[in-house]
Amino acid sequence: MSYPKNYRKLLVMVAYLAFVLVPIYWLVNMSLKSNREILGGLSLWPNDLTLDNYRVIFTDPTWYTSYLNSLSFVSMNMAISLAVALPAAYAFSRYRFLGDKHMFFWLLTNRMAPPAVFLLPFFQLYSSVGLFDTPIAVALAHCLFNVPLAVWILEGFMSSVPKEIDETAYIDGYSFPRFFFTIFVPMIRPGIGVTAFFCFMFSWVELLLARTLTSVDAKPIVAQMTRTVSASGIDWGVLAAAGVVALLPGIAVIYFVRNHVAKGFALGRV
Amino acid sequence: MRVHNNKAWWLVLPVFVLVAFSAIIPMMTVVNYSVQDIFDPSTRFFVGTEWYREILRDPRLHDSLLRQFAYSFSVLAIEIPLGIAVALSMPRRGIGVSVCLILLALPLLIPWNVVGTIWQIIGREDIGLYGWLLNAAGGDYNYASNPRDAWITVLIMDVWHWTSLVALLCYSGLRSIPDVYYQAARIDRASPWAVFRYIQLPKLKNVLLIAVMLRFMDSFMIYTEPFVLTGGGPGSTTTFLSQTLTQMAVGQFDLGRAAAFSLIYFLIILLVTWVFYTAMTHADAKD
Repeated sequence: MSYPKNYRKLLVMVAYLAFVLVPIYWLVNMSLKSNREILGGLSLWPNDLTLDNYRVIFTDPTWYTSYLNSLSFVSMNMAISLAVALPAAYAFSRYRFLGDKHMFFWLLTNRMAPPAVFLLPFFQLYSSVGLFDTPIAVALAHCLFNVPLAVWILEGFMSSVPKEIDETAYIDGYSFPRFFFTIFVPMIRPGIGVTAFFCFMFSWVELLLARTLTSVDAKPIVAQMTRTVSASGIDWGVLAAAGVVALLPGIAVIYFVRNHVAKGFALGRV
Repeated sequence: MRVHNNKAWWLVLPVFVLVAFSAIIPMMTVVNYSVQDIFDPSTRFFVGTEWYREILRDPRLHDSLLRQFAYSFSVLAIEIPLGIAVALSMPRRGIGVSVCLILLALPLLIPWNVVGTIWQIIGREDIGLYGWLLNAAGGDYNYASNPRDAWITVLIMDVWHWTSLVALLCYSGLRSIPDVYYQAARIDRASPWAVFRYIQLPKLKNVLLIAVMLRFMDSFMIYTEPFVLTGGGPGSTTTFLSQTLTQMAVGQFDLGRAAAFSLIYFLIILLVTWVFYTAMTHADAKD
């Protein structure tokens, strides 16, 4: 490999990362300023460093409970999505059955349905079964787009595991559940990691459904952030601090799956 | 080859039940609304296809549909090549890989309304870096009043937000190419372009299918980011389909019309995605 090419690669990467990071830096920068300084004019770094915005987030119960609400429905959604998608993805990757292709495409169509279409029906449905304003309602609603994606990604990973492994296990007298949980699932762990990351990501950042299905008790952080508008205008500092805090769980998740994203997809067909 | 076994349905059943609960029931509610004129829960009339006919003639739908297509195709035209370029520029080994992966994933993890807020701030000419720089450089940039600037800002925001997804998917596709292929190419003295065209691109086809479809679907459903950034304005230059729909359903509470709109909207996405899906899986089958 010649040097000039590597330099060009490095240049592309650095330029793109700069493009990605500047707005995020601006958010962090803003979260460390007072509102007066934010609106006072352009400054590349906080001249008057303050942690007040973060103090608001961690001491005001409406803020930290909304943060916990978000974490709770996102983890529920991850658990539900993986639990139902694992067997289904196995079926799609190993068997042909009546209507399998139609079923697969039908699942995908749910990933395509604009959440805006489902706002009112969801509101009515979850109100009528008494789940309105609970984290489980949001978790179930987010399954609409996360379950199809989970099946899709997992199917790719599972298809790359040779079928001979299943057959050998059955010959050795393994029952299906025992084979599935003690042999198969550990083999596709990277795929599960990647799937969990995508479920986390799409559920954590979604606003429209999460806001419509909750009011007070289960209010997620994204909805809480839209309520920083007060008589004196938008509280930019607190909003920015909330945005930074909202980034942290995502960074933790991507840190755990970083090797899987790199190696994992390579294994999968996806 | 996959075995034919209808018992596999038992494994798919949980997904089917769950998705049926969260998709078919609401969908039927929408269909139900779309053929009725609803004044209040007890006063409603069956109106047949009236809402559909009205919606299909509604210039608001036509305008936002055109805007939506222009937007989604611009998004694909920028993000797919850029994502591939970024993926090709990823370091191959070492600590750089993890660092790049985490930094690349950052925009994906920011709640969508915060994405809007970030760009709202950074594009402002008084307190935002980009807006200030552009104006200092002599450009007359203002996303709140100039339609062209608003449009470009929304587009750049999307590129910033989602190119990483394409890059991550492509990177994982590139990782699946064995080193032997590159060694063979070196022996044949293949040019970098030939390596890309005949080794890397074919291996990327599957991930690109996912990337193109995800980006198309999601950009076609975009709501939160432009809503926060521009509120759909100035005028209605950045009002895309989801926002038109939400205005109709929640703002004006025009249930019948909104429901008919929803179904047409959904059918359009379905149709376009189906075209992508068949085109790309057919191309796959030919090899």
